[in-house]
Amino acid sequence: MASVKLAQLRRTFGTVKAVDNVNLDIADGEFIALLGPSGCGKTTTLRMVAGLEAVEGGQIHIGNRNVSTLPARERDVAMVFQDYALYPHMTIAENVGYPLKVRGVPPADLQRQVQLVADRLQIGGLLERRPAQLSGGQQQRVSLARAVVHKAQVTLYDEPLSNLDTKLRLEARAFLKHLQREVGVTSIYVTHDQAEAMALADRIVVMNAGKVMQADSPMAIYRRPANTFVASFIGSPPMNLLPCKVDQAARILRFSDGQSIQWSQSVPAQASDEVTLGIRPEHLHWHAEPAEERLGAEHFVTQALGGESVIVLRLGEHTLAIRQFTDDVPVLPSRVWLSFDPNRVYFYGADGMLLS
Amino acid sequence: MKRFAPGRWLVNGLSVILALFFVTPLMWFIFAPFDPTPNLSVQLPETFSLDNFQTVISNATAMRALLQNSVFISGSVMVLTAALAALAAYGLSRGNIPGRDILTTVLLLFSSVVTGTASMVPIFVLIYNLGLFNTYQGAILTLVGGALPTSIFIMRDFIDGIPKSYEEAAMVSGAGSLRIFRDIALPTLRPGVLVVAILAFVGAWGSFLIPLILIRNADMRPASVAFYQFYGDEGNPNIRAVAAYALLYTLPVLLLYLLVNARYGFRFFGGIKQ
Amino acid sequence: MIQRPTILSRRMSLAFVTPAAVLIILFLIYPFFSIISMSFTNQSLTGAAARNPQFVGLENYTNLFDFENWMSRGEFGSSLWITVQFVFGSALIGQAGLGLFIAILFYRRRDFFRHLVYTLAIVAWITPDVVIAFAWFAFLDPFTGTLNNVLGLFGISPLDWLLDYPLVSIILFNTWRGTAFSMLLFTSALSSIAPSYLETAQVIGASRWQQFKDILLPLLQTTIATDLILITLWTFNTFTPFLLTGGGPSFRSELVSIYTYRIGLQRFEFGAGSAVAVVVMMINLILASIYLVIARSRRPR
Repeated sequence: MASVKLAQLRRTFGTVKAVDNVNLDIADGEFIALLGPSGCGKTTTLRMVAGLEAVEGGQIHIGNRNVSTLPARERDVAMVFQDYALYPHMTIAENVGYPLKVRGVPPADLQRQVQLVADRLQIGGLLERRPAQLSGGQQQRVSLARAVVHKAQVTLYDEPLSNLDTKLRLEARAFLKHLQREVGVTSIYVTHDQAEAMALADRIVVMNAGKVMQADSPMAIYRRPANTFVASFIGSPPMNLLPCKVDQAARILRFSDGQSIQWSQSVPAQASDEVTLGIRPEHLHWHAEPAEERLGAEHFVTQALGGESVIVLRLGEHTLAIRQFTDDVPVLPSRVWLSFDPNRVYFYGADGMLLS
Repeated sequence: MKRFAPGRWLVNGLSVILALFFVTPLMWFIFAPFDPTPNLSVQLPETFSLDNFQTVISNATAMRALLQNSVFISGSVMVLTAALAALAAYGLSRGNIPGRDILTTVLLLFSSVVTGTASMVPIFVLIYNLGLFNTYQGAILTLVGGALPTSIFIMRDFIDGIPKSYEEAAMVSGAGSLRIFRDIALPTLRPGVLVVAILAFVGAWGSFLIPLILIRNADMRPASVAFYQFYGDEGNPNIRAVAAYALLYTLPVLLLYLLVNARYGFRFFGGIKQ
Repeated sequence: MIQRPTILSRRMSLAFVTPAAVLIILFLIYPFFSIISMSFTNQSLTGAAARNPQFVGLENYTNLFDFENWMSRGEFGSSLWITVQFVFGSALIGQAGLGLFIAILFYRRRDFFRHLVYTLAIVAWITPDVVIAFAWFAFLDPFTGTLNNVLGLFGISPLDWLLDYPLVSIILFNTWRGTAFSMLLFTSALSSIAPSYLETAQVIGASRWQQFKDILLPLLQTTIATDLILITLWTFNTFTPFLLTGGGPSFRSELVSIYTYRIGLQRFEFGAGSAVAVVVMMINLILASIYLVIARSRRPR
């Protein structure tokens, strides 16, 4: 096991900056999730760490070794692939044992280690089968076993659960979390599924257009998105974002549809004309009656989702969502008035960055 | 539900006509080999007999052409083509060769432009000058050279369809290139290699022009040329021998095609056979 | 430009490609340039010109395109004209037409008749040349051949096909021989057309002819173009009819391929034969380029 350090990592494809000056320190034993929309550079970053993609600029350190120019086979990393990459012509035992075989581990020792890991991952009874005879969930665990048996310094995961159906994915997620607690190996985990990242990672690195948008603990990222990209990417539905103007002296917020409301809550000192107000749907509430600090909106539609309902509202050209935890379907008048939870409102500047 | 098709009786009628169109020229080969007194018309044998096969089997030249020359030439072409095409296609697909896609396109262009018709004269001169005229090697190398471009395309297509993550997983596991090729790539390529090998074999087995031009020694000629001489050169064809020999000579090709068809379907043959 | 790490290093990839490259250079690239250079000489197998071939400039070409008598029997022009008719009749009309007809006839049908027709067409396609040639030799025999027997049933008196209608014979022969390719190509193209296209048309109330003309045909357009180019290329270069007629009688079925063989490898006039080959290659080049353009435009879908 080892720490990993990415310093000013860059990679361009043609004119596209796939990875654009990425800096990241990963502690020994830490589980990092790289999260972002497709094309954000997370997979390229991972493949650069693996040695499957060339490092164009910057450096990668594993422990105290600079591995930037080393071929994949000398980096001592294990990788779990999205399509599992289980060799169809080998048995499960041969697949799991391949990294050991390559290293020249004697057969008896190899067999013992494979059996140990396989039992732990509950595929001990499948060792003589071929990959094609296994279910998707079993194949996924075989690919995990191959990474675990490798005992590499770093384990890399390239969307390992995305080929499973929803139910299996939840099971595999719990399984992976449990495994991580036992094995505790330094891990980098690429995913576009925020729930997966939240559930698994010690720290989430949100990426967009090759850049790191925010790197923080899952809860910190959810609570205080560092910019409007993270705010609109994390959460389901994501954070409501409303452009408005702040009149600091009169303590008034002016919205684009012409409404102005009194605002007694704290407002960052830099907040001025061009700001965006952000609030999570669960911190927004509706009322049938107007009041001084309430914002008027039109009811558009209500989606009852079982334990919660998502109420969609229109405010001028903007759409807002309210998340209400109830198993009754809320009935709204056509016009409602909104109130905001104190201390849950964030303001973002014209550059999209959080104002504090 | 109404389907996009004319009435069933009309389709069936047309089917029968089409089936007759394709089968009629072949019917002679169904009956004549077993007819002790065949002529050029299609007729049911009065007595079923294997005498014609007896005649052919006792003909040393014919049997040597089939079992020795054809088997050796086609077998060598098969092995060489499959091996070289697999290596080259793997190199083009997974390797570090500048301009490999342009190279593949140029190869495609060349192979369609320089056809057997166009290149028979220079190939004859080349083989003659290399001292390979009248040798198995001359015919084998020429046939391999001719089969390689298409075989490389098929193999490359096949390899491009195999996820790179197989080899990448092996790279991360610590394996070197040769080891990856041996442990991972070769076993996964096997179905593609098999198809290319069968196509090369069938192509060489049926090839007529190349051995006709490059092998003059009657004892070394493969069955295709020997068969042609049975009916072409000798004026009056020995019909009994021709009938039985045709069946013996065709059988391996039909069996191999049926095998490939059963396993992979005929999609592999598109753009391949000429 | 940063090179992505590849599975094979540069040295290793070259080692993988080299053996095949050597043979391809020998039997594809070298002949190409050799034909061109030889076509400007009077090289032959025997005689003085074998040891000391002379540069003769464009003489071989002017002989080919000697418009005074290039259309007489056994001359290049006549051979080219025969080939054009052969390609038009057997490839464009015969193979492509019949192939498309069969593919549409059995569209979304999987019954005994489809199986029968496909199997027979494929057997006709894959059986070795020499065997097929003899089969047709017997089939067309003037006295006992099956074709005359069948025509006799309809009251048509026997014809000596190979002697009196050699070009018609090889056109029929090549149609029969090669239809399977177009049939398979069109079948696979048709099978990739979503049934909902035709079902939508049926719901609207389009007739079968409209369905064919307005939906199937436009969707098959590139496949048809691909097919026509490929079979034209192959038919233009095929040598197999030689096995049936030897180019005769009196050169009346002498395709350009057979003409090349006669000049180059029976008379051993390498220079003259190469000039023909150069012309053949130019025509091939045009056809292959069209094919590549179509294939390219189709790739991104």
